Amino acid sequence: MTALLVLEDGRVFEGTPYGAVGETFGEMVFNTGMTGYQETLTDPSYHRQIVAMTAPHIGNTGVNDEDPESRRVWVAGYVVREPSRIPSNWRSRRTLDDYLREQGVVGIAMSGTRALTRHLRERGAMRAGVFSEGGDVAELVERVRRSPGMEGADLAREVSTPEPYVVPARGRKRFTVAAVDLGIKAMTPERMAERGCEVHVLPATAGAADILALGPDGVFFSNGPGDPAAAGYAVESLREVLDASVPFFGICFGNQILGRALGLGTYKLRYGHRGVNQPVQDRRTGKVEISAHNHGFAVRAPLDGPFETPYGAAEVSHVNLNDDCVEGLRLLDRPAFSVQYHPEAAAGPHDAAYLFDEFCEIMNKKGAKGA
Amino acid sequence: MPKRTDIRSVMVIGSGPIVIGQACEFDYSGTQACRVLRSEGFRVVLVNSNPATIMTDPEFADATYVEPITPDIVEKIIAKERPDALLPTLGGQTALNTAVALHEAGVLTKYGVELIGADIDAIQAGENRERFKEIVAKVAAEHGLNAESARSAICHTMDDCLRAAGELGYPVVVRPSFTMGGAGSGFAHDEEELRRIAGAGLDASPTTEVLLEESILGWKEYELEVMRDRADNVVIVCSIENIDPMGVHTGDSVTVAPALTLTDREYQNMRDVAIAVIREVGVDTGGCNIQFAVDPATGRMIVIEMNPRVSRSSALASKATGFPIAKIAAKLAIGYTLDEIPNDITKETPASFEPSLDYIVVKVPRFAFEKFAGADETLTTHMKSVGEAMAIGRSFPEALQKALRSLEKKGSSFTWAGETGDLDALLEACRRPHDGRLRTMQQAIRAGATPEQVHEATSVDPWFVDQLFAIDEVARSITALDRPTLETAKRHGFSDAQIAEILGVAEAEVRSARYELGLRPVYNTVDTCAAEFAARTPYLYSTYDEETEVPVGDRPKVIILGSGPNRIGQGIEFDYACVHASFELAKAGYETVMVNCNPETVSTDYDTSDRLYFEPLTLEDVLEVVHAEQETGPVAGVVVQLGGQTPLGLAQALKDAGVPVVGTSPEAIHLAEDRGAFGRVLAEAGLTAPKHGTATTVDEARAVAEEIGYPVLVRPSYVLGGAGMAIVYDEDTLATYMSRAASEHPVLIDRFLDDAIEIDVDALFDGEELYLGGVMEHIEEAGIHSGDSACALPPITLGGYDIKRIRAATEAIARGVGVRGLLNVQYALAANVLYVLEANPRASRTVPFVSKATAVPLAKAAARLTMGATIAELRAEGMLPDGYDGGTLPLDAPVAVKEAVLPFNRFRGVDTVLGPEMRSTGEVMGIDEFFGTAYAKSQSAAYGALPTKGRAFVSVANKDKRAAIFPVKALADLGFEILATEGTAEVLRRNGVRARIVRKQSEGTGPGGEPTIVRRILDGEVDLIVNTPFGSPGQSGPRLDGYEIRTAAVNRGIACITTVQGLAAAVQGIQHIVRGDIDVCSLQEHARRLRD
Repeated sequence: MTALLVLEDGRVFEGTPYGAVGETFGEMVFNTGMTGYQETLTDPSYHRQIVAMTAPHIGNTGVNDEDPESRRVWVAGYVVREPSRIPSNWRSRRTLDDYLREQGVVGIAMSGTRALTRHLRERGAMRAGVFSEGGDVAELVERVRRSPGMEGADLAREVSTPEPYVVPARGRKRFTVAAVDLGIKAMTPERMAERGCEVHVLPATAGAADILALGPDGVFFSNGPGDPAAAGYAVESLREVLDASVPFFGICFGNQILGRALGLGTYKLRYGHRGVNQPVQDRRTGKVEISAHNHGFAVRAPLDGPFETPYGAAEVSHVNLNDDCVEGLRLLDRPAFSVQYHPEAAAGPHDAAYLFDEFCEIMNKKGAKGA
Repeated sequence: MPKRTDIRSVMVIGSGPIVIGQACEFDYSGTQACRVLRSEGFRVVLVNSNPATIMTDPEFADATYVEPITPDIVEKIIAKERPDALLPTLGGQTALNTAVALHEAGVLTKYGVELIGADIDAIQAGENRERFKEIVAKVAAEHGLNAESARSAICHTMDDCLRAAGELGYPVVVRPSFTMGGAGSGFAHDEEELRRIAGAGLDASPTTEVLLEESILGWKEYELEVMRDRADNVVIVCSIENIDPMGVHTGDSVTVAPALTLTDREYQNMRDVAIAVIREVGVDTGGCNIQFAVDPATGRMIVIEMNPRVSRSSALASKATGFPIAKIAAKLAIGYTLDEIPNDITKETPASFEPSLDYIVVKVPRFAFEKFAGADETLTTHMKSVGEAMAIGRSFPEALQKALRSLEKKGSSFTWAGETGDLDALLEACRRPHDGRLRTMQQAIRAGATPEQVHEATSVDPWFVDQLFAIDEVARSITALDRPTLETAKRHGFSDAQIAEILGVAEAEVRSARYELGLRPVYNTVDTCAAEFAARTPYLYSTYDEETEVPVGDRPKVIILGSGPNRIGQGIEFDYACVHASFELAKAGYETVMVNCNPETVSTDYDTSDRLYFEPLTLEDVLEVVHAEQETGPVAGVVVQLGGQTPLGLAQALKDAGVPVVGTSPEAIHLAEDRGAFGRVLAEAGLTAPKHGTATTVDEARAVAEEIGYPVLVRPSYVLGGAGMAIVYDEDTLATYMSRAASEHPVLIDRFLDDAIEIDVDALFDGEELYLGGVMEHIEEAGIHSGDSACALPPITLGGYDIKRIRAATEAIARGVGVRGLLNVQYALAANVLYVLEANPRASRTVPFVSKATAVPLAKAAARLTMGATIAELRAEGMLPDGYDGGTLPLDAPVAVKEAVLPFNRFRGVDTVLGPEMRSTGEVMGIDEFFGTAYAKSQSAAYGALPTKGRAFVSVANKDKRAAIFPVKALADLGFEILATEGTAEVLRRNGVRARIVRKQSEGTGPGGEPTIVRRILDGEVDLIVNTPFGSPGQSGPRLDGYEIRTAAVNRGIACITTVQGLAAAVQGIQHIVRGDIDVCSLQEHARRLRD
């Protein structure tokens, strides 16, 4: 059986069906991580995206019970070159193929993953469809073109937890954190909990009142899918949080929300950053951290020095050395900062884990001042 | 942090001769470092005793010292050149150890030389196992990481070892401290083995220290390549996974990059540990590697070791990822930080990132056990391979099969022809790690093994075992030459030859079927970023995938075929020639294209040529590269004569396929290689070859030998590097040889010229004019493979008349054969008759040596001749000297001595006597005003300094006794106490040399407990051994005595001279050392003197 991957610009790749059989639509993106497919699949930020893995052999370590980053697989479709025939790892519980089928994820195994990546690099991320059983190409292209795009899509609400829940602090509780789930990954509250935070995870639509009602030491906005321009509700909540001068930390989508709350614009990158090898420079120290990325949008902010915002002066704290993309924002007069990349990693290197310590520090300082 | 401005000159130390465990990867790293330092405006002072390296070409440093890498010589160079800094991390363990020795001797402080890129304390912390263990425990606890060290004990005596082994339980691993390539290490399964291995290990370690540790045999093994800058930015360049589990040295393992059987959590834990460890160790800047073992059942992770320097794996990682570790390490050492250095390949992104691979890299080792009869072929923690090949593919099967065929060794690739043999026997064979174990596993699979059985027998991860099953399934599905079949087979890396073998058709038939279907490989770029950014540096590999990425060029292209994996007889010298051709032809306006598969080399640096194809050197793979290049522009020529026998073997087939082979034509090559045809060339020129004949049976051989007279040189007719050659002195031995020789090819029998002087000549010929590059006189007599003999240039005993004859003969051969470019001829001079032994119309092993000794770039000149230039033109350009050549060197020209380096310390139990079969892995050069000093330097560079006092043991064959008297007398005059066996002692005494008689091994310990000579050697009572062999191999008596003496010498690392000529040279050398007139002189100074 010949499966097809059809792009909206008419480019078509042939392959064999992988995972669930059927058809699926989404934004076509590629991920360059060589490890961590299980984390990638379950990262809510990939909601409505068809993810192609540039690493050729996928599924080698099977699927275990410990590594998922959320309750389900979120990718809309999965494109790999060489699906593993067997899993081999002491923690593996099932094969990736079975897992994808169980989760209803339509995939395709095809030799042209590099050609696809080069195409997306040149033409930008675009809509695509995977069709396990093939079909008439002209008609499939038409259907892909009719599928919804990513710009203007409000998706955080779709992936967010419907009900609040609490991740208890490990060891002695030091802080209460209100974490707004815009597509949060399991490792994020985990990283806070291991630093003594009791993390109250709230739905995406939580208003400032809901957030502040917890009397948090700090507020956190997570990563998540979709266009930040379509998440005005989150921007509103954050503004009130900033007004209240509660320490704030944001990751990824949370960084874009902070940017918009500060009056900065956001824009769609041509093909985004998705991988675990991106060099980000901390502009205060000059140090470079190798970081995990998953973003298709970015904040537009001046790189040449501090700038004014309704909340006082702010600056770009981190920048991507590959393309000078804004990777972090920081208010200079208030305890608020955010980064565009993933200090919680999972998948990816742990170089940026210090940012959770910094979050704890500003909560600590604020607490000391408040007391 | 920008470049440092407080240092102006930097000394770089190379790694010396190519030996097992330290090969041309350090030429690659050192060359990169020198290029970086010079382009950054530093004055570079280089020390390396290995003339075959590219780094020692005068153009790569301001002052190049081809001198022994010993602390005293390096100190002399420091005193003379006064460098501001010393960069010791790019020359392997040799450079690092030398730097530590210089530091400890106070030399660095004395001359105000700053160590850069390394920190003495960090070197010691990384290499001192006890301290390293503490570091691992500390970082694991501080950062909450899964990391431990194997339970172990440090031992300084045999008693310590026995006690520790009792506590740890057998088997235990023995690892000596401060040795390279795992020398002296091994597994001890019982007390007897422990005594043997730990004893040797204690000896091998400069600190008389070994580590005994718990066995982690069968665990998964990984390695990370790490870079750190002075701002403490750290990146992991590459992860490498060993397919052979723990128990086999990484250098001997089949390895894959990136690691394929780790989850992100496990990989990140490993990464965190690596970074925390190098921070804790305090690695200054630059590259280092760190090795891990993982328990496949529980994930328990052990940190095995780290090297605070660029290593063999760094070279592999650089080629595997496109991230040039040595180059970046050099930049970091002079002050840059990673974010300040651009990624060469993308140009737009910085070096402070971690490469992402969208392909699989497989490295396979190449062994040479066939050269070392009696060597233990089991792979252990003691490295035994002599080279490696790497291949890149878009899947593991594709990369693996490409890598196996890159080995160019019969029986390396998987096969589905013939009988598999018994399944149980195959599985049993798989239990013992050996050269070609993957193929044994593949045969077991063919014979019906289950995945569980294969895994159980080998402990190879089930994922890799399954991939072998996948390959087997594809092989079984090959039943016709249709598109789906061929497509699947090609994507799994099957060669046309393999498919042909399976189908029982000709390879050409598969190829034409494939062409008709339009099924050809595409070429993908190694771009460091999995296609996320556009790549600017064309570094390509073939794969059966979607899109080709070969750029369109505008200049005529020249394709240079490299020499493949290093092996004995074909090593770095050929890479040297290829690299020089590439540099020179680029200068001459060509677009240069390199094809090679050896990750250790300079030729496979993406900076060397305009385009690099990392590809096997088989006919199929080369034809595809040529095709791909022709698709994008005109190919002016394919150069086959610089990469040794590998490309030469393809010449005719390439030409037949319509490929424009330039230089000496395939027909001319044939003329030189075919006995009959070459005989006619010689006859026409009035030249003499030793009498010879061929035979296929014992009787025929007897008759031939009878006619031409003993001794005779016998060899199979289709061999490389002297494989299977022997010198036979009598009929019985001849019969034994013939009965062992394979019967399908006839055996060549030559008159062996006893006592002849052997002469090697490298020359250039343009069709009209001959340029005699150099005439080398062997120090050992004829009969020892030219690659294994020491030689001197200019020849030390030949007169003007001899040189004239040699010139005329060389020119006649060049003209008769039809050479365009390089020609190497071997002559023997006996009883004033000049015999032609053989001629090779290609670059030879000695080209780099001759180039350095005479300050003329022969390989570059050859490349130009190949493309049509003439010698007259090159003289006019100044590339070749005007008015003289290597045959007419001025009388005051320096004398250069080349000495071969042999790997006997790796193959205990192998006889060290030299013979017609080449066994050396590398070479060194000693250069000085006088022969004696040059020879002493060569010995010191190869084996450690010659002794100047103490006891010399002499035992020589009867035929050598007369010639030995004078040099032995000289030794006695120098103050040596002479020990000798009875027969030799008698002759010496009669000639007035006081010699003490010692007991032979065969005589046993004396009645009064007098030890035999072997005992004395083992007890360290002897400083110099002179032992020329006699009798036939395999016999008892004198021959066996000699063998045991030489083995003891290897075990103790004592200088052991096996020819009288070598003895005479050594005596001259010792006299010079005693006189204390050993000075240092750079190649640039020598060249100035020669040219003035």
